[in-house]
Amino acid sequence: MHPLLTHPRQLGLYLLAWLPLAAILTHSLSDGLTWAAAAAITVPLCLVYAFVCLAAWYPCRATPLEKSGFLKLLLTHLTAAALLGTYWTYQAKELAIGLAHWSRFAGVDQRLTKYYPLLWITGVLLYVMSVTFHYVLLAEQAAREAQGRALQAQVLARDAELKALRAQVNPHFLFNCLHSISALTATDAAKAREMCILLADFLRTTLRLGGKETITLEEELVLIRGYLAIEKVRFGARLRMEEEVHNDTTRLQLPPLLLQPLIENAIRHGIANLPEGGVIRLSAQRNDDAVSILVENSFDPDSPSSLKTGLGLDNIRQRLHTRYGGDASISVRTEGNCFLVSLRLPADENGVKA
Amino acid sequence: MMNDAAEKKIRAVIVDDEDLARQMLREFLSSHAEIEIVAECANGFEAVKAVTELKPDLLFLDIQMPKLDGFEVLELIGTDRAIVFVTAFDEYAIRAFDIHAVDYLLKPFSADRFETALQRGKERLGGKLPAPSELSSSARPPAKYSERIVVRDGARVHIIPIAKLDYAEAQDDYVALSTAGKKHLKQQTISSLEGVLDPTLFLRIHRSYIVNLERVTKIEPYSKDNHVVVLSNGTKLPVSRSGYARLREFLDQTRAK
Repeated sequence: MHPLLTHPRQLGLYLLAWLPLAAILTHSLSDGLTWAAAAAITVPLCLVYAFVCLAAWYPCRATPLEKSGFLKLLLTHLTAAALLGTYWTYQAKELAIGLAHWSRFAGVDQRLTKYYPLLWITGVLLYVMSVTFHYVLLAEQAAREAQGRALQAQVLARDAELKALRAQVNPHFLFNCLHSISALTATDAAKAREMCILLADFLRTTLRLGGKETITLEEELVLIRGYLAIEKVRFGARLRMEEEVHNDTTRLQLPPLLLQPLIENAIRHGIANLPEGGVIRLSAQRNDDAVSILVENSFDPDSPSSLKTGLGLDNIRQRLHTRYGGDASISVRTEGNCFLVSLRLPADENGVKA
Repeated sequence: MMNDAAEKKIRAVIVDDEDLARQMLREFLSSHAEIEIVAECANGFEAVKAVTELKPDLLFLDIQMPKLDGFEVLELIGTDRAIVFVTAFDEYAIRAFDIHAVDYLLKPFSADRFETALQRGKERLGGKLPAPSELSSSARPPAKYSERIVVRDGARVHIIPIAKLDYAEAQDDYVALSTAGKKHLKQQTISSLEGVLDPTLFLRIHRSYIVNLERVTKIEPYSKDNHVVVLSNGTKLPVSRSGYARLREFLDQTRAK
C-alpha cells in the first residue's frame, strides 16, 4: 500500500499541493471557457488525477533508480506518462460532455476540443513530476531503513564482542591455570614464573585485540599460540597442534577472537576427553576472494560432552552474519574420530568496514 | 608394633587427568606419614580399576575427566569410602553433598584448606560411614535424564549410550541391560533405572521390564488378559495389564501428534 494513504496528514498536504495546479489550469482554460465551466472541469479532474499519480509509486519501486538502466527507466515512465496523459484528456472530454447536458454549460465540450493538446501535455508533465516526487520519497525511505540496519548491526557487533570477551576468558581455564601455577611453585619455580608471564601475555593480548574492529589472521594466530602454550603446561604431551596456514592468508583481516574460541572448544570437548590426547589442526588457504579456515580435532564420539559446542558456534555464526551477511559461512561435521569446523569468509585485505 | 602402624595407614588414591594437579596432591600428602598413596589415575577407567582392585579408604577425585566423569566413577564403585572432590568447577558442589562427599576442594586451594579436607576425611574414616545410597538417582543433575549408562564388570567398564539400550530386565538386586544382543548386569533396582531414563523414550511395561519404545515393532495378545511386545530383534517381552494401559496411552499420544 502507498505510504501516503496510511498517513492522513501527509495525504492532506499532498492534496493541498494540487490546489495551485488546479488554479493555474483553470486560468489557462478560462480564456475559451467561462470561469465556472473551467473550474467545473479542472477541480474534479485534478482531484482524481492526484490519486492516479500516486500510482507512480509502484513503477518507481519496480524500477529503482540505481539498479535500472536509463533506457528501461525512460521507456517505463514515458509509456506510463503517455497513457495517463491520454486517460486524463479523455476524462476531461467525458466530463465536458456530461456538463454540456446542462443548459448553463451548453457547448462546453466543443469549446474544450482546442485545449486537448494542452491537457495532454499537462497530464504527462504532472505524471513526470509525480515520478520525481516518488523517487525522492523512496530514496528517503531507503536511507532511513539503511540507517536502522546499520544501527542494529552495530549493536549486535558490540554485543557479540562483549559475549566473545566474556566467553573468552573462561573462568575454569583461569582457575585450572592458577592451580597449575600453584602446583609448580613448589617443584619448578622458574616454570611457575614462565606460566604467569604466559598467562599475563595472553590476557593482555585478548584485551587489546578484543577492542578492535578487525585484526590480521597473523595476530589471531599469535593469540592462539599463546593460549596453547598455557594449555600445553596443563595437558603436556596430550595436546598437539599442527598449523598449515598459507602465506597469502596471514595478512587478511578478520573479526578478533573468531578462531581462539574454536581452539578452546577443540581442547575442552575434544582433547580433554581423550586419555592419550590428540591433535588440533588449523589450516587456512585463500581461494580468489574468499578465505577458508579449517579447525580439526580428534575427539571421543562416546563422550557426552563431545558435541556440546553449540553455544560457542552460534555466537561465531551470529558475528559472521552481522559483519558479512550471506558472504560468510560456518559449518560443522564429524568424520569418525575427527571433529571439523570450517569457516569461509571474504578475503579482506584492508579491514574496510563491511 | 611397626606392623600395627603400617596396617593403620590410610590408603589413598588420587584421580585427576592433569599431571600437575596430581603432583600437587602428592606434594601436600608427602608430609603425612599416615597416608599412603596406593595409586594415581589419569582418567575414569583407571580410577574404577584401581579402586576395585585396591579398595582404598580415601579418594581424591576430579570431576571433569576423559572416559568417565567423577560422578560416573562413583556410580560404579559406590561411596563406601571417604571422597574429596577436587575440581575447578563449583557447580557440582550440591551433587557432591548429596552423595555425602567429605569435602569439595576448589582449584586452586591453599595448603591450609587441603589440611582441613584431609582432617575431615580422617574423621569420617574414624567414624561411621553413611550407608551407600541409591547413587544413580542423586549423582545426576536434577531434571535431566541420563545420556548413557555405565556398567562395571569386575575392573572393566562398559558405557551404554541410552539409544543403544534395547530393554532392561529386573533380576533380584540387579538389572540386566540388553544392548545389541549382549547383556550387562548392574547393581541397581529397576525403579531407580526407570527414574533416570527419559519417559518419552522408555516405558515400564511390566514389574520387571523397561523397554526402549523405538525397538517395539508390534504388540501381540498372549493369553486372555496378557500381551507381549515384539522388538525389532525378535525378542518378546511380557506386558502387564497396567503396562499395556501405559503402552496404549503412549501409542495414542504418538498418533495424536
